[in-house]
Amino acid sequence: MTQENFSARRENQAQPVETEQVQVNTTGTSAGVDDLLDEIDSVLESNAEEFVRGFIQKGGQ
Amino acid sequence: MSARRLVGLETEYGIIRPSMPKANSTVLSAQIVDGYAQLVRDTDTATRAARWDYADETPLNDARGHSVSREEAHPSQLTDSEPTLEAENQVWTAESIALDGNDARVGATLYQENDATDVVMNMVLGNGARLYVDHAHPEYSSPEVTSPRDAVLWDQAGDQVMRRAAASAASLGGGELLLYKNNTDNKSVSYGSHENYLIPRDVEFSRLVDGLTAFFVTRQIFCGAGRVGRGMLGRGAEFQISQRADFFEAEVGLETTVNRPIINTRDEPHANWDKYRRLHVIIGDANLGQISTLLRVGTTNLVLSLIEAGMSPKLELADPVSALQQISHDPTLQTTVPLRGGRRMTAIEIQRSYLEAAETYCAQRELTDPDTSEILNRWRAILDTLEQDPMQAAGQVDWVAKYSLMKSFTERHGVGLDDPRIALMDLQWADLRLDKGLYYRMAARGLMETIFSQEEINAAVDNPPHDTRAYLRGMTLQRYAPYVVAANWDALSFSVPGARKISRFHMPEPLAGSRAQVGELFDAQLEINEFIDQLARHR
Repeated sequence: MTQENFSARRENQAQPVETEQVQVNTTGTSAGVDDLLDEIDSVLESNAEEFVRGFIQKGGQ
Repeated sequence: MSARRLVGLETEYGIIRPSMPKANSTVLSAQIVDGYAQLVRDTDTATRAARWDYADETPLNDARGHSVSREEAHPSQLTDSEPTLEAENQVWTAESIALDGNDARVGATLYQENDATDVVMNMVLGNGARLYVDHAHPEYSSPEVTSPRDAVLWDQAGDQVMRRAAASAASLGGGELLLYKNNTDNKSVSYGSHENYLIPRDVEFSRLVDGLTAFFVTRQIFCGAGRVGRGMLGRGAEFQISQRADFFEAEVGLETTVNRPIINTRDEPHANWDKYRRLHVIIGDANLGQISTLLRVGTTNLVLSLIEAGMSPKLELADPVSALQQISHDPTLQTTVPLRGGRRMTAIEIQRSYLEAAETYCAQRELTDPDTSEILNRWRAILDTLEQDPMQAAGQVDWVAKYSLMKSFTERHGVGLDDPRIALMDLQWADLRLDKGLYYRMAARGLMETIFSQEEINAAVDNPPHDTRAYLRGMTLQRYAPYVVAANWDALSFSVPGARKISRFHMPEPLAGSRAQVGELFDAQLEINEFIDQLARHR
């Protein structure tokens, strides 16, 4: 779900919402995830491929 | 019994130093423990610590009634002796010095920089936990707790201990150390997050195997941590529910590092052997999410109660190892797995059988304590949600949260799960840094349900639980650390000026040593000799 859809829904909060839509939007997760995705480039390590390749562990239990 | 039971959680963390890609991981892990030791030395907080005492460790005893000889054992099973850095890395000019209780320190030079520093491999903390180097990973073993909520709290305290240790170690030089609460490097290696449950000795081990196998194979649907890639090598770009599932090869066994079994038979109770078993569970994923951890411990406690009462559902999987992996490989949760006799069930259906048996059991016994009620309610609610639409469980279940973030990312950028940034997200989900770890970024936006605040978690770093022997252990370290020469799960050893011998205090009863029992000793602010005398009277 997009940010736009979520904002639209928030404005209509007082209105009864169709059941089907409530099921899709129950938690507001999408908006929060969208928000995180907006900044994710600055959170993720640069050079993804190389960073992941460098994560080498020794065996454990 | 109920959803309450004596429990301890262990986590081995992944570790790297990005500025030194080839650095030896045992050395890095020792720096974490040493970093924490430095922090304890430098700050006058309650975070006291002592050396670990190996005298009571018996990792080669098998719950099925025999033991493996040291010669036959895989070297990684020899967890009752101090690992030395000598064998691991010649950079360390290591001289192992035997101390009390077979403990040892490594007088060492780290990259020739720090001649005077003793490197600590193993500590007992003021909250009753153990912090040490296990093989090639830093490990935090929580203090003993009695409720699922406390298990979550002192497990999260371990993450905070590790964060502080990493910051301290980095300040000692050598570059930033990054820690990950995950279970695989996706390059053939897995490391564990183990659970320990106290069980009466008279519960036959075969009953545990019969009652737990189908439960352990399926509980991943609400406590898996999620992973991209298949098999031990993490090939392909498909999402699966569990970090650990593809690393399991056996149904029952003593090993924990090779040929991993769904049910581990290590029989080392760290308590009165005649009265207790410690069920050592190696199949779980490390959870950052508080609700996934709560459900993992709480539901397992209830299933153990069912087994003890002879009320667990009779569900015998035709091929448990294969079922474990098939369920993990299907995030839609539609996969059915065959039982002996040919009937097929989904993971949700199997979990519902256990839930319904637990509800009947608790109703019959009129168990209405808040912990049991909470776990039953949450267990039912999460199965309902997962059945309706697994993605709706993103606020509670770690794998769903991770998967929903990845799906949103791929939709926004029009890429697939094979995008290199997805593999990075899989890894960085578990990064312990609050500003970098994707779990923490989700939680900071209120996207993950939590039951404890960071302030409460910080308090659990400094303080032990009140209702187990961890209270006595932790408080003793807080008040009398200079006199504690060694400590382990079931003993404390004191060396007192003027005394000719070491005094060893045994704690074979995990529920003894609680605040109710020994709190007054600490309230009385006794001198060390008086404290030891009074403690001896509590035996």
